[in-house]
Amino acid sequence: MLSDLSGWAITAVAVLGVLSVAAGVAVFVVDSMARATFALLASFLAVAGILLALDLVYLAVVTALMMTIEMAIMAVFMIMFMMNPAGLMPMTMVHNAKGSAGTGAGAFVVLVVGIWTIDWPTRDTSRPADSTRQLGEAIMGSHMLVMLVIGVGLFATILAGTVLATARGRYDRFGAGLTAQRPDDPVPGGLPR
Amino acid sequence: MPEQTLAEAWGLARAVLGVVGVGLVLGLVVAAVDRVVVFGASGAAVEPIRSSARLLVEQRRTTLAPDRLLWRIGCVAVPTLALLSLAVVPVAGRTLWSTSADLVWFNAMEALLWAAVWLVGWGPNAVHALTGGYRFLAQGLAYELPLMFALITAGLAAGSLRTTDVVAAQESLWFVVTMPVAFVVFVASAAAFAFWGPFAAPAAADIAGGVTSELSGVDRLLVEAGRAVFLGASAAMAAALFLGGDSGPWLPGPLWHLLKTLAVVAALVWVGRRMPVLRPDRTVEVGWMVLVPLTLLQALVVAVLVLNGFYA
Amino acid sequence: MTAEMVLQIVLTVAAGLIGVGLFGALSQQTIVMVMMGLELVLNGVLLAGGAAWYFLAPELPDAQMLVVVALVVMAVEMAMGFAVTVAFYRARQLDMIDMASDLRG
Repeated sequence: MLSDLSGWAITAVAVLGVLSVAAGVAVFVVDSMARATFALLASFLAVAGILLALDLVYLAVVTALMMTIEMAIMAVFMIMFMMNPAGLMPMTMVHNAKGSAGTGAGAFVVLVVGIWTIDWPTRDTSRPADSTRQLGEAIMGSHMLVMLVIGVGLFATILAGTVLATARGRYDRFGAGLTAQRPDDPVPGGLPR
Repeated sequence: MPEQTLAEAWGLARAVLGVVGVGLVLGLVVAAVDRVVVFGASGAAVEPIRSSARLLVEQRRTTLAPDRLLWRIGCVAVPTLALLSLAVVPVAGRTLWSTSADLVWFNAMEALLWAAVWLVGWGPNAVHALTGGYRFLAQGLAYELPLMFALITAGLAAGSLRTTDVVAAQESLWFVVTMPVAFVVFVASAAAFAFWGPFAAPAAADIAGGVTSELSGVDRLLVEAGRAVFLGASAAMAAALFLGGDSGPWLPGPLWHLLKTLAVVAALVWVGRRMPVLRPDRTVEVGWMVLVPLTLLQALVVAVLVLNGFYA
Repeated sequence: MTAEMVLQIVLTVAAGLIGVGLFGALSQQTIVMVMMGLELVLNGVLLAGGAAWYFLAPELPDAQMLVVVALVVMAVEMAMGFAVTVAFYRARQLDMIDMASDLRG
């Protein structure tokens, strides 16, 4: 069966695919942490572009949106926690590089062998007119349980993340007897207390 | 796809050129209105063009050990994203390209601005610029969720994420009547992601211009133009999502949309220029403790109205 | 070009992303860089899920749901990773996993 993607779309998918892997390699090659972060963002945006070519508009746009915000915050953490964030002195911080490269290459080879030997069941099935609607109806209908679990998981993540990341508890804010009228916060916040 | 896109109606090249032209004109209008509000009427229409031309021929200055690649990418990205966000705003009743997730597209272009503005701050290897970049991210954390809820409220009432469908759903009643909170939050967020007016802390005077402090020549033109075009595009989007787009009596539709856009621009600039710059450490708590519950409540009200068939 | 070949090309790209990401996650010493490796692996999963939807079962929403789940896993991984990094740093002023090898179970 011939692909119903146009020649342009196939070219775009191929170019973006090469770009995404190249950007992925660049993440671990460049010295500057800012460049590494934005190389990763480039990899994500290339994948979002491929999803766009594959008619998954909503998922493509959401990937771009989420990953950009994530990478912008990632950049803050990279610069906060890494020595040499701007890469002005070349340095590498790796352990077991050979073993890791072997594992990565091995995984790639195994996957590629599988990909090119399996007889993929591509069929001439009917494509939905609107992939976004299909996803929305699945989330609010047949696959609602997935979304409920995701929601609970994200809520738990918010709580756990806050508990782990903050060092201050209510005794720091309101005193040992919890008697302070207004909390003693390092940043005052915007609301009157 | 129910309606024709601009690209299908005019041909791709002409449509893209047309939208870019509309974007630049909107940017110039924002700059001119801004000048009228701040300095009075004299030469308001000419001044933005004159200063643009001056910046075009100005020589770039540079800093010690800048990250030139990322800096340039950031500077080019700001106006590019502004124009890309305009791709889903109806111009003459049609959008440049129409997807089933237009509203998310608009939101994503604004999210990509996070990366672009931070890069503009990071690039020059200068402390004030980087401080401005961090301030933008801090403000972004405050406005992002309320903005998302405001956008989704309009989509909820229309039952579609496609901008042209949202405009069509306002035949009988403008959405601003039933969702005033979402409208105000959207317009305020527009000022915030263009870091303009009361949200100009990333480019404020106390850090010598922040992200814009080390920009000169073409780079400064690109970033400033990008901010103006983003404001103009957001005003056009606000007019389309909440003020009925091109619906109106007597006059032709596109003219109505233009008039509404101009009204939003004028109101935004007039109010924004009369407010002090907010401290960025004050915005996050207001965003999360006040605006998120308010916009959620707004979405709930609209959802109940939808279930009652109010918008049908 | 047949649909199967396009699918195989896209999946090969996804496998490349997974391989590079695995290398990064195993070889990097700093926690944040390890997370970047994991993100690359999940990026490959996103791509593979999208390709599976388009070429194998576009009439079903399951592959799209898989992509959504992968996106959420990324967000969770990121949030918890940063939280753990901050907690580590606060407790021991360290940012490299080798320095925390005494936590090995």
